Amino acid sequence: MSASEERLRGLLARGLSGDGAAYHAFLADLTAHLRAFFRKRLDRIPDEVEDLVQETLIAVHNQRHTYDPGQPLTAWMHAIAKYKLIDFLRRRARTDALTDPLDDELEVFAASDADAAEARRDLAKLLADLPDRQRMPIVHVKIEGLSVAETAQLTGMSESAVKVGVHRGLKALAAKIRGNA
Amino acid sequence: MNTDDLVKLLATGAGPADTGAPARRYAAATTLGVAGAAALMLALLGLNPELARYTSLPMFWVKLAFPALLVVAGLAAASRLARPGASLARVPGALAAPAIAIWVLAGIALVNAAPGERVRLLLGSTWTVCPFNIAMLSIPAFVAILWAMKGLAPTRLRLAGAGAGLLAGALGALVYTLHCPELAAPFLGVWYVLGMLIPAVLGAIVGPRVLRW
Repeated sequence: MSASEERLRGLLARGLSGDGAAYHAFLADLTAHLRAFFRKRLDRIPDEVEDLVQETLIAVHNQRHTYDPGQPLTAWMHAIAKYKLIDFLRRRARTDALTDPLDDELEVFAASDADAAEARRDLAKLLADLPDRQRMPIVHVKIEGLSVAETAQLTGMSESAVKVGVHRGLKALAAKIRGNA
Repeated sequence: MNTDDLVKLLATGAGPADTGAPARRYAAATTLGVAGAAALMLALLGLNPELARYTSLPMFWVKLAFPALLVVAGLAAASRLARPGASLARVPGALAAPAIAIWVLAGIALVNAAPGERVRLLLGSTWTVCPFNIAMLSIPAFVAILWAMKGLAPTRLRLAGAGAGLLAGALGALVYTLHCPELAAPFLGVWYVLGMLIPAVLGAIVGPRVLRW
């Protein structure tokens, strides 16, 4: 990640101050880095990589205000990716009901090879399960690209309720992912 | 939904990030914690009736400064523990410094005291209740600070829980100084420290479960 630190850092700085195009470029670049990071560490269960990439992207987005511009971006990103990887492995160990200690991560993977073909989580489905006050703002603002004001008019919600809905909806989505995996 | 669509979704209409949020959360949690501790202290323990006289004693201010410095160090620690990848290099030193200072004062007091006096300097008249009162007063801050932290991004959950607990303990101890009749440094160095460590240990225990995000 270090080679592109400067570039990514510039994009994120602009993104954090409201430049949507820069933020999009940052997330797109980050996606490739995350995919490589997780693929290398989850080589026994490649089918899970994309789920974890998506979960981490949502986490990065939701917690983007914890990045301090004076701090190396690599350190911030690496800490988040590592945290999400460990959290994922713990959850997985629990749902597989294996009693082996976590140090045997690779053993856990070998033992659960059959699960590798299980259907990938569909974010659109999780999104559909959100309550209307969160789902509608996300659909209109984040998917259809309407402004907050337009969404407020369309749904009859107040503008601040739309903003809160987007924010809480993405948090709820992240929570659903953690609960479902 | 494929990942490209998700990236687009996240970026669309994202707007500027709320970079002031971490500071605001901790400010709110600290205020709530102190207010809660003060309410508990006034309702259950009461102000020290001799408080007015105490304010003219230098040792009273030392007793106040000890947890106050730990609050400052604890806030710095808590905000770092909630930022992924933030350096923690200076945190142990900042947290240890007030404790070491009070132990040095305690050592001096014990060396200078007559042998028969030393036990009284260590135990005072309230050692049996002091740590538990501090832990009790730290409950509101404990809840508030864990809440503040959970909304950020702690990645070392046990350590973050311990840090949150220690900060809560320091806030509880700070308010407790307004009730507590003790003034001896050896007393502070043992029982105040123990009182603050109770929520710190609890925080380390519940952190991994409570702080997940």
